Amino acid sequence: MSGPKKRMRDSFLQAMKERMAAERDVFFLTADFGSPVLDGVRKDFPDRFVNVGISEQNLVNVATGLALEGFRVVAYAIAPFITMRCLEQIRINLAILSQIRPLNVTLVGVGAGYSYEVSGPTHQALEDIAVMRALPNVGVWSPADAATAAAMAHRALDVAGVRYLRLDSHPLPDLGPAPSRDELKRGFRLGGSAGAAAAIVSTGYMSQLAGGVRDELEAGGIPVRTVDLMDLAAPDLAALAAELAACRAVLTMEEGFVGRGGMDSLLAQHLAPRLPKAKWTHAGLEPHYHFEIGPRDDLLAAQGLSRPALAARLIERINA
Amino acid sequence: MNVNVGELKKQAARVRAETLRIHAAAPETRVASSLSAVEIYVCLFYGGLLRHNPADPRDPARDRLIVSKGHGSISLYPILADRGFFPKEELQRVCRPGSFLGGIPDPVIPGYETVNGSLGHGPGVGAGMALALKRQGSDRRVVVVTGDGELHEGAVWEAFLFAAQHKLDNLVLIVDDNSRCMMDDTARVVGLAPLADKFRAFGWSAAEVDGHDVEDLCAALGAAQGGDFPGPRAVIAHTIKGKGAPSLEGDPLCHVRTLTPQEVEELTGGAP
Repeated sequence: MSGPKKRMRDSFLQAMKERMAAERDVFFLTADFGSPVLDGVRKDFPDRFVNVGISEQNLVNVATGLALEGFRVVAYAIAPFITMRCLEQIRINLAILSQIRPLNVTLVGVGAGYSYEVSGPTHQALEDIAVMRALPNVGVWSPADAATAAAMAHRALDVAGVRYLRLDSHPLPDLGPAPSRDELKRGFRLGGSAGAAAAIVSTGYMSQLAGGVRDELEAGGIPVRTVDLMDLAAPDLAALAAELAACRAVLTMEEGFVGRGGMDSLLAQHLAPRLPKAKWTHAGLEPHYHFEIGPRDDLLAAQGLSRPALAARLIERINA
Repeated sequence: MNVNVGELKKQAARVRAETLRIHAAAPETRVASSLSAVEIYVCLFYGGLLRHNPADPRDPARDRLIVSKGHGSISLYPILADRGFFPKEELQRVCRPGSFLGGIPDPVIPGYETVNGSLGHGPGVGAGMALALKRQGSDRRVVVVTGDGELHEGAVWEAFLFAAQHKLDNLVLIVDDNSRCMMDDTARVVGLAPLADKFRAFGWSAAEVDGHDVEDLCAALGAAQGGDFPGPRAVIAHTIKGKGAPSLEGDPLCHVRTLTPQEVEELTGGAP
């Protein structure tokens, strides 16, 4: 990891602002949640920017109405609120309705995982992946850096459908160049050593940590394939299985509850059967709320998600 | 407003009888809630108050109708069939395997816009549509029909605030105020009175009308759609849950009551 740190939301909003200048059918809604870049959107496009107030249920309903009339809609709020406060609105008006009538709605939640490390569990998004993954017809997009978030802004406008995009709130370095259109379509991007017998599959902020874990193993002479999983609803798992065909040990890493329907469930249920020789270990948060104040990496380390502990888990699987 | 009152009354009687017959064949349907709204749907579709195009149900030139009390719109089925949205024979197959006419309607049915029946969604979605139409320079209207018990849902009040904030004068809300939710009289569960005052305090215009008097109802709906009030408009239609079926009208639990085929036959005078 190197290079300047950037906020995902700034890159996403900047890309959206540029598209809105030329494309008159893009409408931006927020539930009273802002940012300096969003102030520019509000100023430049007063006809297509509405702050609905602190009302996520109405945010989703209004987004639906606008989308039914042909607007491509972005709805923006804090991650746990835009997923769980209004879950039934999303289910009825986006998941079910979009199966009958075409809609283009992107729900953008800021504050993935422990992003808001000093705000406690109300503001932390630890169940959002599992909750949103349960809904048919809803994509779940999880970028690991700002370059990916910007690429997803374009994809949100270019591809019809409904999806939830979870953004980290912290400035983070780009893991590399922005993912290509093909990488976004298949829902993952690869790093590390091709053909390695060990792999790490991670998403969001944990993909920021994956490089360090990989470095630790490779320093010990163990090549590792890394996979930044960007699509948590419908990634191309056949393609991913082909890439990981040589793997005998896989570590999955997510900043959310394990064993509760998150990324681990997706991979255990749908990828593991395609890799019958691999041994798996799923790292994440035990299903328990924590009220301790961050720093984030300390909160993660306290739950066994430090670099050495994660490296040890993968080594244990390799040696098992 | 120049409406043919006699014709509307005739249509209401026909729709009420057909609704009862549908219910006799499909007892899963919510008949009491559907009967209270008969005149509302009749006035919209036969009173010239809702521009619609059965040949192209999503015609951009249509007014948008959102039946937020989806379960209470079995009585809309005979109207949609009569107007030509789908063949009348389909009415024989409500709730049967393979039919698109379920107990809770979905927009797989031509003439329905949104998914409803899970209550409280219509006002917000309708507000979004109304906002979109205004931004697009369209003069089409959005009409939303809710029940009164449905107004217990908090999301509708979020929508009411929003619609007033954005002066959505192309949004008309019709409350089928039959004064009953599922388990009791609404006033005995969580009361809504004074409802019209609540709307006015929220920045809406509000009119109250006998929801079974087609002449007054058409006049109230016509007035709500016109005029220069700079915001959304509510019409509170006072109705009787189970209207036309005395055993339902007097029963606070009529929402979940089922009429027997014999009762339906007595009420409708036998076969159509």
